[in-house]
Amino acid sequence: MSNGNYTAQQATGTKSTWKFILSELKPKGKLLTPFNIISVPIILTGIVLIVIRFWKGIGSITNLTQEVPWGLWIGFDVVTGVAFAGGAYVITFMVYILNMKKYHSIVRVTVLNGFLAYLFYAGALLLDLGRPWNVINPIIGNSFGTSSVLFLVAWHFLLYMIAELIEFSPAVAEWLGARKAQKILSGMTLGAVIFGITLSTLHQSGLGALFLMAKDKIHPLWYSEFIPIMFFVSSIFAGLSMVIFEGSISHRVFSDQISESNQKGHHNIIHSLSKICAVAMFAYFTLNVLVFVHEKRWSLLNSPMGYWYLTEMLGFVLLPMILFFMSYRKRNITLIKVASLMTMAGIILNRLNISVIGFKWDAVNHYYPSWMEITVTLAVIFTEIWIFRWVIRRMPVLRETPGWNSDK
Amino acid sequence: MSIDRRSFFKALGVTGVTLAAGSRLNASPSAANKDEFYGMLYDSTRCAGCQGCEFACADAHGLPAPNFEDVPVAGTLRKTDETRRTVINAYQTSKGDIYVKRQCMHCNDPACTAACLTKAMFKNEQGPVSWRGNKCMGCRYCMVSCPFDIPKFEYHSPNPKIEKCDMCFDRLKEGLKPACAEQCPTEAIVFGTRRELLTEAKKRINDNPGQYHDYIYGEHEAGGTGFLYLSPVPFEELGFNTTLQKSSYPALTKGFLYAVPSIFVLWPALLLGLQQATKNNDKNEEEHE
Ligand code: SF4
Ligand code: SF4
Repeated sequence: MSNGNYTAQQATGTKSTWKFILSELKPKGKLLTPFNIISVPIILTGIVLIVIRFWKGIGSITNLTQEVPWGLWIGFDVVTGVAFAGGAYVITFMVYILNMKKYHSIVRVTVLNGFLAYLFYAGALLLDLGRPWNVINPIIGNSFGTSSVLFLVAWHFLLYMIAELIEFSPAVAEWLGARKAQKILSGMTLGAVIFGITLSTLHQSGLGALFLMAKDKIHPLWYSEFIPIMFFVSSIFAGLSMVIFEGSISHRVFSDQISESNQKGHHNIIHSLSKICAVAMFAYFTLNVLVFVHEKRWSLLNSPMGYWYLTEMLGFVLLPMILFFMSYRKRNITLIKVASLMTMAGIILNRLNISVIGFKWDAVNHYYPSWMEITVTLAVIFTEIWIFRWVIRRMPVLRETPGWNSDK
Repeated sequence: MSIDRRSFFKALGVTGVTLAAGSRLNASPSAANKDEFYGMLYDSTRCAGCQGCEFACADAHGLPAPNFEDVPVAGTLRKTDETRRTVINAYQTSKGDIYVKRQCMHCNDPACTAACLTKAMFKNEQGPVSWRGNKCMGCRYCMVSCPFDIPKFEYHSPNPKIEKCDMCFDRLKEGLKPACAEQCPTEAIVFGTRRELLTEAKKRINDNPGQYHDYIYGEHEAGGTGFLYLSPVPFEELGFNTTLQKSSYPALTKGFLYAVPSIFVLWPALLLGLQQATKNNDKNEEEHE
């Protein structure tokens, strides 16, 4: 960031704030951690690849074809990444709408996670756009393609990022010690939450609706007119599994940030979340079975794609669902973590099966992502984690808010 | 007999276009004139496979001229790509080798246009579906959605374009016929309004039932297309997808899009109500769902 020149022009009052921010930009903590050693080279390679991509065209680093125009960057970064970011709307729904106070300690970190996910994964969309300089066309100007599902999704991404920023902004205000701003911004939370949940319902399902017109291109086991509903329902447990997964890592890595009572409460939270996951997965699985039976798809099962479908549905939906139910009964935290990992794998499978693997599954030339596409994807994820860590170490996200905060 | 028809269409090509292109530029669409836009009729019984249309097309749109060695041979599939908007393929069929031209179908209700979030893909009043570079952001959603796999993308350019047949929209505006239709020496490609073309196609089938397979590809496919095909053999034999739905593709997303406004009204009210109802539940320990 180049706050350098800007600082000099600030009045003396705000000068100290900028000094503070500048000082905060410096890294905290050890530099030679395993994560840094792995992530830095990948991020640097990613940057080089991105330069090549804008210089020589998308085809220079991707394996995309005329028949499979969307690959890993859309199928994984955007479609899957956004499903995982669904935790934010589910948790804010429980805390602010259902007033379930016990989840309060994980609201901020979940919203931060969601916001960064949208920023980076939806941001990765820009890399995939052939003519990114026209990206503002559907936002301003007279080029509104209102009959396009993508138009809806694009707008919702933008608006939802703003809503999440508002939801998170009190933490920024507390970090900067801006009490007045903190009060005002906190007052906007409920509005932002309601708006955010509405937007999420629509764009989570909208991501599925994107594929409705590709009726003849997606393998019939994955295509149905219910894709939007499936995407929405699965985003609930995709998001919550991510919350469980991220929580168990954060609690190890950032244990110094978390108060003792929150440490203890966390098991309890994970435990209750596992039940919600199980119920949502049950609904999802039933829905899939209904569609399957109703459309009489038995004959499709006895083929490689059929086995692949069964693997996804039985191994990565039904099985983790049972594990979630069992672990809830037995209060087994390890089992919950295993189940959440499997659920996440299942979501990745499902989203890729619709957008990449089952898309033009019968084409002569199959699409496989190039190592460069994978590297860029990893670079995006690692950069996001860097920013996440930077924020956690500085702002009151996991740790308690400062004493002057009257909300508490 | 057929000479008459040909000259009729020739006349139509010259006068009809000039008249209609001028007057219909500002016409507004309505259900009634659903067939009153331009399309093309391609009769594979007449096509000699000379590739004249390929050359004319490349020339008209500044694309590289086709390679002389790359001729249609039965058994190999030539595809349109970012350097060629139309191709001729040969198929071995029950009635011998038959040539087929491929290009954008100019659907009545195109999936690509409904997909495009910038209105870069655009169905013009006159019928052609054309692409506008100043609007397109290169998202390739049109490619994902088109049931005929028509839009092609320049993957190796930093300023990539979408390439597809635009029925020579620029020529139409000048009162000219599409380059391929003008070039075709056997008049296998005929240009006219969709209504006229349908009438003509039916007439040809009725007049020569032995010569034609009794089906007009494009009359109903994907809700109807501006480009219509006649063939002596069933269309599967010519590599056509005959299982495409007969209703329009954009209709598939209508249900979802229509639900959006109601959710936008209902959800916030519902959420606010829930929030008020649970407001004083400080002791909300038991989880819901
Ligand atoms: S064939 Fe494809 S590109 Fe052509 S109009 Fe129809 S949907 Fe659009
Ligand atoms: S690639 Fe261009 S023309 Fe195609 S849908 Fe996207 S913006 Fe529209």
